[in-house]
Amino acid sequence: MAELSYRDAVARGIAQEMARDADVVFLGEDVAQAGGVFKTTVGLLERFGPKRVRDTPISEQAILGAAMGAAMTGLKPIAEIMFSDFLAVCFNYIANEFPKHRYMSNGQTKCPLVVRTANGAGSRFGAQHSQSVENWAMMIPGLKVVAPSNPADVIGLLAAAVRDPDPVIFFEHKSLYPIKGEVPDGEIVDQLGTARILRPGKDATILALALMVPRAVAAAERLKAEDGVDVEVVDVRSLVPLDTQTILASLARTHRLFTVEENPRLCGWGAEIVSIVSEEGFYDLDAAPVRITTPHIPLPAADNLEDAVIPSVDRIVETVRRSLAS
Amino acid sequence: MMDNPASSARSSLQANDDIGEAKRLALFRSMLVIRLAEQRAYDLFLQNLVKGTSHLSIGQEAIAAGFAEAMQPGDLSFCTYRGHAHTLARGVAIEKVLGELMQRDNGLMRGKGGSMHLTSEPHGVMGSYAIVGAHLPIACGAAWRAQYKGQDDVSVCFFGDGTTNIGAFHEALNFAAIWKLPVVFVCENNIYMEYTPIKDVTAVEHPAADRASAYGLERIVIDGNDADVVYRTAQAAYARARAGDGPSLIECLTYRHSGHSRADPAKYRPPGEFEQWLKRDPVKTYIPRLKMFGISDDVIAAIERDVLKEVDAATEACKGASPAPLDILATDVYADGTAAWRN
Repeated sequence: MAELSYRDAVARGIAQEMARDADVVFLGEDVAQAGGVFKTTVGLLERFGPKRVRDTPISEQAILGAAMGAAMTGLKPIAEIMFSDFLAVCFNYIANEFPKHRYMSNGQTKCPLVVRTANGAGSRFGAQHSQSVENWAMMIPGLKVVAPSNPADVIGLLAAAVRDPDPVIFFEHKSLYPIKGEVPDGEIVDQLGTARILRPGKDATILALALMVPRAVAAAERLKAEDGVDVEVVDVRSLVPLDTQTILASLARTHRLFTVEENPRLCGWGAEIVSIVSEEGFYDLDAAPVRITTPHIPLPAADNLEDAVIPSVDRIVETVRRSLAS
Repeated sequence: MMDNPASSARSSLQANDDIGEAKRLALFRSMLVIRLAEQRAYDLFLQNLVKGTSHLSIGQEAIAAGFAEAMQPGDLSFCTYRGHAHTLARGVAIEKVLGELMQRDNGLMRGKGGSMHLTSEPHGVMGSYAIVGAHLPIACGAAWRAQYKGQDDVSVCFFGDGTTNIGAFHEALNFAAIWKLPVVFVCENNIYMEYTPIKDVTAVEHPAADRASAYGLERIVIDGNDADVVYRTAQAAYARARAGDGPSLIECLTYRHSGHSRADPAKYRPPGEFEQWLKRDPVKTYIPRLKMFGISDDVIAAIERDVLKEVDAATEACKGASPAPLDILATDVYADGTAAWRN
């Protein structure tokens, strides 16, 4: 066990997989010589050389297209899109190419690649560099979508993503890069499609993802301390595949459901889960599920405005408290 | 004994022929397969047996035939929605292509892909891409793999003149040039982007070739209706790629005899233009070329008979084939063969 930052976990995860498999290659803007604009890939060029760790021009379509062509023909590329907002620039590959080729070719072709991207708010970058866009990827058949909340999960889920035979969109959270956590020594390989119960409880279930996970845990601790309410916190971790069994089982124990989502409200990931729960867990519910989300607006840049719209510990505590009291 | 002058000129021509009789017959046969299969696709469309859309390559056959015939078996083709020709040229059975156009169980992808997405991995046909320009970066990636693994295959990417105005074209050209990738970009300039003349919407006369210098590449414009010229150009570009000298961008001048797609009667063509290009029909003009190199009328007629027979047999097989089966509806969304997105 050693303490590692989420930022350094990214480089360790990539290095673990590159050391294991010579077919793993890594490309993106400023990722090699500069070590990444968020310093998440420092040291990879020195360790694995310029043939495997490659700087690209600012050409997001070329980055993702090249990753796909390499994946189709035998490599296992990891491609970085610097900010998740930029997925919109190369969305053709995300929406039309990666996820559909296997199906359209009736199973002839493959696309085993990972797109890593920095998602989420907290840096006060405004509406085009701070979005949470995990729901953009979740809605596309053929993709897998993960979003780790802690350093150990960064390594384990990244390894699982690289080893997965399908295209995986891997959302790192910008505001989690500096946070530290205990990470086991040696190789870490996790499993896609698994949610994790971080804090067991009996009175309510909160589902959260990425940066919203530590906020949900903090809210649960306050609710316990101030109200004596025992909240279960589930880190969803993987939107596709979605671990509905863990979610439904938690609901069956607590009978109340809350989601904490950084994506804007309309068609956010929690909407799908609430829909599943309403069909399959209806009789386990003691009250309507409640979604705590960013409102349906572009993100403002100013710190006080951004803080006012992203779900906070206070908002989670107040929403759960009010809901349980009614 | 003295040869007569015509016969002597012919022997000298044959002696210096870099292409050779076998390859020339293969080029002719390949063009004819495309011509007759595409014409048949059109007839079947009129009978409502070809569904969806279809984009024919009638008039452009020499490009597909020439580039494919110059390839080695492991080389990879990346095609557009106008990709029947390139798929057939790699040796995919006519029945498989027509079956897919007719959305039958015997189709290349059993009806899951359709006319615009023909793919045959065993033949090196790595897909037909219907979002303009998308496959240029993908071809770069396949070429990157070859370079990385020290494999000597070439990725060949076909696209129309309209593609030269989309961003992915420029991203891919720059990317291929800076990484010196073994990729060959083939622009089929058939004068029209879809319905609009390419010259009306492009800042330069030659939409591909006049952009080459921006990426440090040679300016190459060829007669895309002459299979021999195409074949020789392809050989040179592949040799360059295999030698590690990087990408090529080749603009082939040609003409689409039909409209953009089945929905387009091509009424925007000025009077006389089509007739002028018919004189340069790549299939018809190749017959005197064959004769010039001493190939007899009988041999040519036999190929014509054979290919027509193949197209007829494929048509009958497709008409008798079952529709796309319902049990493949949700297979192969993910690599485990299923469409499972949750537990």
